Amino acid sequence: MEGGDHLAHERNKAEFDVNEMKIVWAGSRHAFEVSNRMSRLVASDPVFDKSNRAVMTRKELFKNTLRKSAHAWKLINELRLSDEESVIFKYFMDQPGFLDLHWRMFVPAIKGQGTEEQKQKWLPLANKMQIIGCYAQTELGHGSNVQGLETTATFDPQTDQFILHSPTQTSSKWWPGGLGKVSTHAVVYARLITNGKDHGVHGFIVQLRNLDDHSPLPGITIGDIGVKFGNGAYNSMDNGFLMFDKFCIPRDQMLMRLSKVTREGKYVPSDVPRQLMYGTMVSVRQTIVSNASVAMARAACIATRYSAVRRQFGSQNGGIETQVIDYKTQQNRLFPLLASAYAFRFVGEWLKWLYTDVTQRLEASDFATLPEAHACTAGLKSMTTSATSDGIEECRKLCGGHGYLWCSGLPELFAVYVPACTYEGDNVVLQLQVARFLMKTVAQLSSGKAPAGTTAYMGRAKHLLHCHSSIRKAEDWLNPAMVLEAFEARALRMAVSCANNLSKFENQEQGFSELLADLVEAAIAHCQLIVVSKFIAKLEGDIKGKGVKNQLKNLCYIYALHLIHKHLGDFLSTNTITPEQASLANNQLRSLYSQLRPNAVALVDAFDYTDHYLGSVLGRYDGNVYPKLFEEALKDPFNDSVVPDGYHEYIRPFIKQHLRSARL
Amino acid sequence: MEGIDHLADERNKAEFDVDEMKIVWAGSRHAFEVSDRIARLVATDPVFEKSDRARLSRKELFKSTLKKCAHAWKRIIELRLTEEEAGRLRFFVDQPAFVDLHWGMFVPAIKGQGTEEQQEKWLSLANKMQIIGCYAQTELGHGSNVQGLETTATFDPKTDEFVIHSPTQTSSKWWPGGLGKVSTHAVVYARLITDGKDYGVHGFIVQLRSLEDHSPLPNIIVGDIGTKMGNGAYNSMDNGFLMFDQVRIPRDQMLMRLAKVTREGKYVPSDVPKQLMYGTMVYVRQTIVADASNALSRAVCIATRYSAVRRQFGAQNGGIETQVIDYKTQQNRLFPLLASAYAFRFVGEWLKWLYTDVTARLQASDFSTLPEAHACTAGLKSLTTTATADGIEECRKLCGGHGYLWCSGLPELFAVYVPACTYEGDNIVLQLQVARFLMKTVSQLGSGKAPVGTTAYMARAQHLLQCRSGVQKAEDWLNPAVVVEAFEARALRMAVACAKNLSKFENQEQGFSELLAELVEAAIAHCQLIVVSKFIAKLEQDIGGKGVKKQLNNLCYIYALHILHKHLGDFLSTNSITPKQASLANDQLRSLYSQVRPNAVALVDAFNYTDHYLNSVLGRYDGNVYPKLFEEAWKDPLNDSVVPDGYQEYIRPLIKQQLRTARL
Repeated sequence: MEGGDHLAHERNKAEFDVNEMKIVWAGSRHAFEVSNRMSRLVASDPVFDKSNRAVMTRKELFKNTLRKSAHAWKLINELRLSDEESVIFKYFMDQPGFLDLHWRMFVPAIKGQGTEEQKQKWLPLANKMQIIGCYAQTELGHGSNVQGLETTATFDPQTDQFILHSPTQTSSKWWPGGLGKVSTHAVVYARLITNGKDHGVHGFIVQLRNLDDHSPLPGITIGDIGVKFGNGAYNSMDNGFLMFDKFCIPRDQMLMRLSKVTREGKYVPSDVPRQLMYGTMVSVRQTIVSNASVAMARAACIATRYSAVRRQFGSQNGGIETQVIDYKTQQNRLFPLLASAYAFRFVGEWLKWLYTDVTQRLEASDFATLPEAHACTAGLKSMTTSATSDGIEECRKLCGGHGYLWCSGLPELFAVYVPACTYEGDNVVLQLQVARFLMKTVAQLSSGKAPAGTTAYMGRAKHLLHCHSSIRKAEDWLNPAMVLEAFEARALRMAVSCANNLSKFENQEQGFSELLADLVEAAIAHCQLIVVSKFIAKLEGDIKGKGVKNQLKNLCYIYALHLIHKHLGDFLSTNTITPEQASLANNQLRSLYSQLRPNAVALVDAFDYTDHYLGSVLGRYDGNVYPKLFEEALKDPFNDSVVPDGYHEYIRPFIKQHLRSARL
Repeated sequence: MEGIDHLADERNKAEFDVDEMKIVWAGSRHAFEVSDRIARLVATDPVFEKSDRARLSRKELFKSTLKKCAHAWKRIIELRLTEEEAGRLRFFVDQPAFVDLHWGMFVPAIKGQGTEEQQEKWLSLANKMQIIGCYAQTELGHGSNVQGLETTATFDPKTDEFVIHSPTQTSSKWWPGGLGKVSTHAVVYARLITDGKDYGVHGFIVQLRSLEDHSPLPNIIVGDIGTKMGNGAYNSMDNGFLMFDQVRIPRDQMLMRLAKVTREGKYVPSDVPKQLMYGTMVYVRQTIVADASNALSRAVCIATRYSAVRRQFGAQNGGIETQVIDYKTQQNRLFPLLASAYAFRFVGEWLKWLYTDVTARLQASDFSTLPEAHACTAGLKSLTTTATADGIEECRKLCGGHGYLWCSGLPELFAVYVPACTYEGDNIVLQLQVARFLMKTVSQLGSGKAPVGTTAYMARAQHLLQCRSGVQKAEDWLNPAVVVEAFEARALRMAVACAKNLSKFENQEQGFSELLAELVEAAIAHCQLIVVSKFIAKLEQDIGGKGVKKQLNNLCYIYALHILHKHLGDFLSTNSITPKQASLANDQLRSLYSQVRPNAVALVDAFNYTDHYLNSVLGRYDGNVYPKLFEEAWKDPLNDSVVPDGYQEYIRPLIKQQLRTARL
């Protein structure tokens, strides 16, 4: 059956131009071509094989990661890949490793927080990887609350050095990727103390290991924090711990762009606006949102193809069974995830624009839009990563029993993905930041200060608090203005209701803490509105290719209407829509599922993922699932012998009934 | 700090008698004592050590599992443990293995489906474990739809044998636990064919391996299906595949209690009522619900203790930070799970009663309550396992970054638990069975046939379709009659709405298939009502011990009101309650959280789990989390050396800029 496309009949059903959709998904023809070329380059290189990851021990897996990293860097140089290409190349390698932290955290930290002089000294070393760096912020006892870090960096004016010290066990750095076994350097965050005064947390460049024999420098204890979630997954990364015992570094290794310590030990803030730091945050979170769409798309691709292969029940008179993708229960769970993948893709695209916009404004010292941009990226990071990790697990369940096999690709994808809910801001903490911003915006509504950007709709509070949805028939739910108004009214009403409840408390902070759960819900409502409105905005753009726009439209309204159904309590309790209108939305949703159904496989083909990248027997492009499941099983070292190791000691004594006298 | 109880403060806050709560949780003083004694027996035996599971290779893990099983059996014999005690011992050993299938599926299948003669012959062998058996039903291409199995058992009248055969690759048995490497025998399900006629799926006892050297018998191909989700977890089990190439077994190895094949090849159904089989199903599902409460309580125990240990934000003037358990966002996610663990415990207890009742009726040939009992256990299995799987992952997230470490215990608990959503009936398929039963019940409402058992409330349709909730203030939500009525009205109205929508279709089956998603929601509403009403019924019993009843009361209403909040759309769209009443329910919920807060740690202590059973550094009884995290980290083989294996080949060439010439 090799070579045959078991999903050809599905692909023939598609009512749109898949190649054009690939361009839309990638963002541009250029982006598509780079991505396509890089993914094939990785897929065709045997060093990057990843199918054996689950059967390796941790040490083997780690060594294999080192090999892949070195090989990748070698190829990047040999092929003279551009920055863009090498980022995508590393992405398709798809194995968490120290390179991620070096390029995405260590280098940007120096770029963002180092002075010109510091950048000149450190970046050439880092760019050639003569030093390998990581980002040592979180501690054993301290995560999201950066201001609570305990590590100290005390300035010693006598030697012109900072003394880095871990005063307690809970102050050990804990979690930084690449720290445990590989990094020679780190940007370490510590409380700056000079002249006996604590100036809060600052970054320092610290050498951790000897560049000749890789041994940790005296005064530094370092190691790996142990096994993490899942097989394979993040176990290829040496997340580490790090303790300092009065370890000295020169004064000029404090990152001094925002503030410096003078030779005399005086703390001097620079005139660089602190807000610049938020620009970096916006950039990092934008990347996370776009990664969310990739991960969700990958899971949806596997589940969709397998749902078209798998058959169950419904056979008439011993005939062929029904494809599980034809069941409404399956569509009802799967298609909203497919729609979410596209929705997150487009909101991620918009975030890229936002980042450009913010950067330009920052350069012109215009900080007006920053709080809104910051809240909006925080909220979208939280919402998309939560939805994606839940979505991956849902896709696994949608694959039935076989989804539980490692070779389905979904257990490892889930294990690799879930930390996104915690890193770069815990998702609940982030929504609370959004909520605070919303409460502030609501409070200022009457002050004449017009809300900006994604909160602009709040300027129409008077209308939105009183409007009634004019939906009368199911098709009205395909009207962008009506859908947007429903989401706007719901979000605004929830925010206003929180603000009203808050005002009942004498102490605002106590009220905030009492109402945390409601505030999170209001923040989520606001973020969902953003995603829906950016998807609708995308549809208003120029979209080429036969049938492409129509497919995107279906996905957009599936995304919006499934949210209405899922959060129906919000919409009804705020009187945004009536139960009858909700029921019409459900009818429309069912009709959209039917329209999507023949296009489902083509819509996941549009992600253009190689079988290598998917890493899933169930999600294979050719749908040849069952024979390949067998092949995978037979490869397990456990099947080397039919009689298992341990038979003589532990099974035979049962059967022969001499367990009593057996020495176990 | 060894020996200090870091959670003593929390324990002193408790307002109830924890020892009495332990009895309530266990079900009886006797059950508590057995469980307590056996848990400690396992915990103190070094052979049952499990903290190294994640660091073992699959082969090592499997061998250690064989050792544990042999050792456990030896202890059971030496200590002359009763059946109840032996069951508890296997439970606390807490490592999935072939013995689970031997005792949980193979032996019961023979008991339930074998004739007296067959039982006499096979059970004596199985009970002494002279043969080891498994349950070979699912196939590579066939899961939930048992009637779709492809394996055939064709009677050959010439030799008086059945010929067992796997006609296609998809007909290979696939998944049965214990099959891959250990089982000598299996109950194999295959289509019975005699006289050229297919009589559907029946069970056969088949010997798979030689009892002398354990090699598979001729024409039998057997092996392991490969790595499964997570590290450790179900990888200790040899889930297997099995193919038959015309394997012959004697006729008397067909399980013949329900139907037999005569020497001449005539198929003769016996007069044993088929309904008896449902009794077994009720039993198995009751066990699954009890296991759900165990797994959920285990996760909640870890998350609650760690939430009391972990501090974050909220420090005033450099003082100590706030315990995360004090945040409403944490309580809002954690306490409903704590309440669910108790709720599932009590509904499981009630299911035990139901099983006794059903068995007694079956013996008296009273089958009238069977359909209701069957639907209700199917629904509860689905509801509790789904909520538990999601709840474990939520608990992991509630532990922040450290929950992602294997040694938190939660990744493995999740990986071990999730198959419960699929085995013994896929959770969605089961809810559809419930929905079918509800639709039938609704359609018969006018017929004078009174609905029984958990559907009895439907007889009050006239009232429930019209009634309005009398809730006027938050405290009204603690009134059992008011709460139950709201759940009854919601469940009934959803079922009736589905029935109405169904009636609009000309073809009932097509309507059913179109409305699958709504039907599932109606079924879930019905099942949630059952859980709430059984919890309330529990509170009406005599419950001793200072403050115990008060705590259970709080948990009961937390369970009910959080469901109400989560499914608010249902309650509002059916007009069962008003938005105002919903808001009062939220106020009440917040007040209940405050009341549970000081008792939270004691409420998880009441589960009486040993640290061995929990196997979680974060959930340790003494709360001494941070030093123990370090101890665990040091044990990782990756920390055997400070310079990792692979440094010379793959790191040094990077740093020394010799990658170009390096051979990778």
